[in-house]
Amino acid sequence: MSTAIAKPLALIAELTHRCPLHCVYCSNPLELQNRANELTTETWSRVFKEAAELGVMQADLTGGEPLARTDILELVRAARTAGLYVSLITSGMPLDETRLAKLIDAGLDHLQLSFQAAREETANEISGTKAHAQKLRVLDWLKQVRVAVTLNFVIHRSNIDQIEQMLALAESSSATRVEFANVQYYGWAFANRERLLPTRAQLDRSIETLKSAQDRLRGKIRIEYVVPDYYAKFPKPCMGGWGRKLMLITPTGEALPCHAAQIIPGLHFENVRNRSLQEIWETSEAFQKFRGEDWMQQPCKTCDRREQDFGGCRCQALLLAGDASATDPVCSLAPTRAKVDAILQAANTPSHPASSLNTADWLYRPNPT
Amino acid sequence: MPERALRLNGPSLEIVERCDGKRSVRQIISELQQIYSKAEPKKVETDILDYLARLNDQRAIDFA
Repeated sequence: MSTAIAKPLALIAELTHRCPLHCVYCSNPLELQNRANELTTETWSRVFKEAAELGVMQADLTGGEPLARTDILELVRAARTAGLYVSLITSGMPLDETRLAKLIDAGLDHLQLSFQAAREETANEISGTKAHAQKLRVLDWLKQVRVAVTLNFVIHRSNIDQIEQMLALAESSSATRVEFANVQYYGWAFANRERLLPTRAQLDRSIETLKSAQDRLRGKIRIEYVVPDYYAKFPKPCMGGWGRKLMLITPTGEALPCHAAQIIPGLHFENVRNRSLQEIWETSEAFQKFRGEDWMQQPCKTCDRREQDFGGCRCQALLLAGDASATDPVCSLAPTRAKVDAILQAANTPSHPASSLNTADWLYRPNPT
Repeated sequence: MPERALRLNGPSLEIVERCDGKRSVRQIISELQQIYSKAEPKKVETDILDYLARLNDQRAIDFA
């Protein structure tokens, strides 16, 4: 194990948990924070400066909906002035042409626009609100301005059969990058998993479609896709390895190694209100906890793949195996893989309840005040 | 680039530095042929074109 701690590539700044959308797979925690507890403009500005000094290259401004912050222009400017590449990860809801122009003027490098589906009806059901038409307007405005654009589609059982239409939407836009990210099962998505997990046949078809689109659109649009790891043979290198590449700051200032880390019992998180980013990154208990290999159990400890996937995802290990230090149960070598296989078997039976459920069965995330 | 970064050194840095929206590909090639005057000019040209094509495939650059 190398003793030098690598520098983080990106700072994921969750500026707020407020959001006009209620997506059933939201990556925010089940317990959402209110506006009153959010970090101030000044604190975020200091955090961006400290991040750049630490070696961070990119700031991903996200939420919730980052545009719910009335100081978003100042925050973009602060991150850009600090020398960071600034991305805005947005639903596009609180946006109009004037605000878009101001964001770009403030130094925005890249805008990632989320779509919940290609068909309006599906999109509105998943987001629990009428959001799709506004997103199409944003797509038009983006053609008129100079900013890098990514479209992000979160993929699941109800929209995986719309990938062709999603690709058509991307091709009609100014996006040079499209993400097809299958739902990862934590928090809200874990609660809604039964209705979200696609079938094996759906997944196979989608991969075939995406592979041929990658060839067809090479040099025009870069297509990235994430498969649902329940179907994978080996786990994902979650967050590029714990405390190796990414640092997430919650709306209230807690520094986390990943989106879901707060579910791990007994883990204490430092707050940027009273600790420097460098101190947190290099020495805090939470970032040290699963860094390197010392924490690993068998079969990870002696596995040839341990430097590729770092044992997979700690939160998934907790959720499915009941132990955050266990091998990620999606790994085919994990002693607990049978649990994942049982979930997949249920998702692939013809009598699966997802086909008979209705909108009322979703657990939607609320919008905190 | 969103969610990734290029590690640039030596010739790759020389090339990307010149992708400034003003120089043409032809100009970039000729400038680098002068810097790497000991190398075979045709080889310099092919290497640059290959590298730019790779960056374009990754959508790290746009050709105007």
